[in-house]
Amino acid sequence: MKQLQEKAKQRQLGDSLIIKTAVRLMVPFIQLFGLYVIVHGHYSPGGGFQGGVILGASFILLALAFDMKTSFKHMSEKVNAILGNLGAAIFIGVGLICALVGGLFLDYSALNIIIPLGPVEWRSFGIFLVEVGVGLAVMSIMVLLYWNISSSGKMDEGL
Amino acid sequence: MIWQIDLMILTLVVICALATITIKDLLGAAVVFGVYSFLMCLLWAEMGAVDVAFTEATVGAGISTILYIGAILRTTRRSKD
Repeated sequence: MKQLQEKAKQRQLGDSLIIKTAVRLMVPFIQLFGLYVIVHGHYSPGGGFQGGVILGASFILLALAFDMKTSFKHMSEKVNAILGNLGAAIFIGVGLICALVGGLFLDYSALNIIIPLGPVEWRSFGIFLVEVGVGLAVMSIMVLLYWNISSSGKMDEGL
Repeated sequence: MIWQIDLMILTLVVICALATITIKDLLGAAVVFGVYSFLMCLLWAEMGAVDVAFTEATVGAGISTILYIGAILRTTRRSKD
């Protein structure tokens, strides 16, 4: 383990061509699968939380195989914070709009007053909106957790 | 639900749990804990709780193992036993 820590300190951990090429090929497919899980969350296994974790895992994989600078190039700290807050705002916003329009908090059928699609369709579409919000927030928090733990909070170089 | 498969996976789960708390090496313990999470995921899926199995596979076997390894690589060993 000491050897591993030495390697991690000199940033030689996992510095191999096979790993880098495999990760570069895998990351787009992992992200596509994460989006699929989020979008199909309301009528099949999966959902916002699991899809968000898969999306976050793709960025963690980038930071693990390359270094933290590469993962910042694909998603910077600022974009990460904006996406996370946007996710939480979508969740709360949908719920609050439902309450303001006249229904209960997160009662999507009340949104029928704004855009008349029918209450049943709005229940299906409303849970989809909430899942997207949850997915964005979870992705942001998972990536942030890895960045902070692997660099002891300094966000400079990572493992 | 096939009880033979249930029993097999449960035995492996117990073995992995005991191994996790007895292994001295922290990195090895983290890896075995990942194996434990994945076996729990198999158990959930076999029992029909696919959503729980999905969460266990992504969070338990995926993210938490990475976070454990990241934290272990940043710590130093102080005790001598």
